[in-house]
Amino acid sequence: MSSDTYKTDALIAEDIEAYLDKHQHKTMLRFITCGSVDDGKSTLIGRLLYDSKMIFEDQLAALESDSKRVGTQGQDIDFALLVDGLAAEREQGITIDVAYRFFATESRKFIVADCPGHEQYTRNMVTGASTADLACILIDARKGVLVQTKRHSFLCHQLGIKNLVLAVNKMDLIDYDQEKYDAIIADYEEFAKSIGIESFTAIPISGLAGDNITTRSDKTPWYDGPTLMDHLEAVEVRSDANLDKPFRMPVQWVNRPNLDFRGFSGLISTGSVKPGDQVRSLPSGKTSTVKSVVTMDGELEQGVAGQSVTITLEDEIDCSRGDVLAAADNPPEVADQFESTIVWMDEDPLVVGRAYWMKLGTQMVSVTVAEPKYEINVNTMQHLAAKTLKLNAIGVSEITTDKQIVFEAYSDNRALGGFILIDKITNRTVGAGMLHFSLRRAQNVHWQATDITRDDHAAMKNQRPRVLWFTGLSGSGKSTIANEVEKKLALMNRHTFLLDGDNVRHGLNKDLGFTESDRIENIRRIGEVAKLMTDAGLIVLTAFISPFRADRQLVRDMMGEGEFIEIHVDTPLEVAEARDVKGLYKKAREGKLKNFTGIDSPYEEPEDPEIRVNTVAMSPEEAADYVISKILPLK
Amino acid sequence: MTLTHLQRLEAESIHIMREVVAEADKPVMLYSIGKDSAVMLHLAKKAFYPSSPPFPLLHVDTTWKFKDMYELRERSAQDAGMELLVHRNPEAEEIGINPFDHGPLHTDMWKTQGLKQALDKYGFDAAFGGARRDEEKSRAKERIFSFRTASHGWDPKSQRPELWNLYNARKKKGESIRVFPLSNWTELDIWQYIHLENIEIVPLYYSAKRPTFEYEGGLFMADDIERLEKVMGKRPEITERSIRFRTLGCFPLTGAVESEAATLPEIIQEMLLTTTSERQGRVIDKDSGDASMEKKKQEGYF
Repeated sequence: MSSDTYKTDALIAEDIEAYLDKHQHKTMLRFITCGSVDDGKSTLIGRLLYDSKMIFEDQLAALESDSKRVGTQGQDIDFALLVDGLAAEREQGITIDVAYRFFATESRKFIVADCPGHEQYTRNMVTGASTADLACILIDARKGVLVQTKRHSFLCHQLGIKNLVLAVNKMDLIDYDQEKYDAIIADYEEFAKSIGIESFTAIPISGLAGDNITTRSDKTPWYDGPTLMDHLEAVEVRSDANLDKPFRMPVQWVNRPNLDFRGFSGLISTGSVKPGDQVRSLPSGKTSTVKSVVTMDGELEQGVAGQSVTITLEDEIDCSRGDVLAAADNPPEVADQFESTIVWMDEDPLVVGRAYWMKLGTQMVSVTVAEPKYEINVNTMQHLAAKTLKLNAIGVSEITTDKQIVFEAYSDNRALGGFILIDKITNRTVGAGMLHFSLRRAQNVHWQATDITRDDHAAMKNQRPRVLWFTGLSGSGKSTIANEVEKKLALMNRHTFLLDGDNVRHGLNKDLGFTESDRIENIRRIGEVAKLMTDAGLIVLTAFISPFRADRQLVRDMMGEGEFIEIHVDTPLEVAEARDVKGLYKKAREGKLKNFTGIDSPYEEPEDPEIRVNTVAMSPEEAADYVISKILPLK
Repeated sequence: MTLTHLQRLEAESIHIMREVVAEADKPVMLYSIGKDSAVMLHLAKKAFYPSSPPFPLLHVDTTWKFKDMYELRERSAQDAGMELLVHRNPEAEEIGINPFDHGPLHTDMWKTQGLKQALDKYGFDAAFGGARRDEEKSRAKERIFSFRTASHGWDPKSQRPELWNLYNARKKKGESIRVFPLSNWTELDIWQYIHLENIEIVPLYYSAKRPTFEYEGGLFMADDIERLEKVMGKRPEITERSIRFRTLGCFPLTGAVESEAATLPEIIQEMLLTTTSERQGRVIDKDSGDASMEKKKQEGYF
């Protein structure tokens, strides 16, 4: 292929219809470029845009003047300026986020994710790699395989990118020396094998001089492989590979314009589907036959991976957003405990045991992450012991979802194996992960259906089961008020049980200490016990400091609608400390007690509790009356 | 069967729209009547067929759009079976903000402030916009789901990571997201798709003899001569020229190009052979130096 491939002007001018027809049949390849600031990554992308005529004259004029003003290439064009978008980055001269660029050749449209190379931007690289079919890893020929080369390769491999290109850049600066080039390749090959990369394509290039980018360089006669562009045009795209897999479509939305039409809308992630096919809806496992594959352009004979369609079925089966339609004879697994690799993306580290939202396909569930089995040093690939994961850390952990989800191993299906984690309070995307396999536990434990239901239990007790969750600082008066409330409820012939913090730690939770993760586990267990008691029809009162909003939320999520009553026993720290009933504040102030709430561990006040009790203005008895008045009627 | 790039782009945009409808409480589609809006609306019809798109269209009007645009606006909404909401900033209306006397304030008051007012007024928590990443440098880094604070601010430094096709639409009360389903489309893709799908666009995109005048070195169309005369203080000198528009905004802010391209293939041909980029005809990117669009977006502009 030669440079005139990109000189399509003649065809455009002479026969625009023919050109359009050709353009219309182009395929699309998404790739990522990785490399550090000095590797010439932005220059390479700028060059690809420039050579494929994606830079207009006015942009070029601006580029030329910018190049002279702030460029690093003297009077020459600094292609990097085309690519670095945000003001802050232009000032610092580095790319700090993922930027997407577009260009097209005769046969393909390309979307390039331009990602920063520094270790502190691992999350950006992972983001860019998540949608890529191919990764182009840049190496500075003068420096050879560096720590960052290994990091980038490792991350791309983790994200499942099968097509790796090793672009050995700045060949002009080593005089196109074949021996040096070969040495770099040998070096890289050894490393690649060690982390399980099966193959890669190496190309000697110069982004600045344009060698082997779109045209073969006469300076590297010893190189007989493709140019970078030839390779990008020839490589197989992932959506084609997905076609040979069994049919799966996560249901996004149920389309119900009228009583006669009920369709399931989604993007087919793998395989294909046609009318008459047997499909299974998961997790329910119900099967039906495909009636039609609907689009606005008419019903399709066959829907394939990568298409957004609406499927109608012959039978009325229960299926809604979050469910997955799959080939009936080859469905994906359903489970609730997994081994996964997690990349942490937030300033606040992972809190082991805390509940996060997990989005996988169209499923949104509550999930907890266990203490990492290990963290991976992204520079040396060594496994390190870890208690948590900090920003940009990558580790392997067991995770547990609060209900069964439909999944496949990430290596088989990115759409059912890749997930994001969302903080329940800040709503930030705090992590991303890849499921590897389910842990068998879930498949062997089944929920035992019982004949006396929780409604029966509650009816017999003539009350509505609820959890009165007292939260507040140590010494705020939680236990005292809870005790008063329980006494009053007993006088009203109600069936209650009071779970007290100190008492629970004598038995059920005696193995737990006071670290953040132990406190979370403490609350989780209490939540589970309280839930069992509400199933038995009881009104449960709990008195725990429970300092973290997220953990109280976790318990709230376990309970039925309206059954969780959060009661903030609102006592200012000075007042609680002045009371110091158990002498704990004194110890904490003296440093004899660590992680004490209010002193060296935070208390996160409820933002919107059902009931707030002011213990400065009210006596315990008055407070109890107030609480009761707020929870009436009891039935 | 290998999907073409347009088929993949279409599937991606439809997937994005369905995610928003499934997860947002009250979505809306911003409709500017331009070619990108036309494509976005067409994709919305496809995404929810046989249902009508389950959200209204919102036009943030400046009163300075071309007559042809107002005409197509009404018809498109009706054809799609969607409710059309039109919002004009009452303050700007009262002061009589116009592009000649008020410069950048015209965009700020009518569009930036007008958009914020409209979103607050109806309580929309997700708004589709037709912006593309290839339009402008700071757009290239914006997420598909772009999170805005309760005061509509955009913080480019704390954007949510966006992996695979998993979008995080969770937010607190008062906060909102702007969603860009055309993020990965290029100008050529848009034209190609309009051609392929036979999508109706404002006739001003096609070349025709139209009344024009020159102003500060640009070529503009005299869409409403009486009104122009009023704000310019004098009647501009009108010349008939064969012109068309590559992008459509407010008529005095959008520069025309002299052209003979009267069919879609001719437009595409002209675009491919031309050497100036699309936004050059719009004054908005340049009015406060290099980082203009990024600054506007932080202030709440789309």
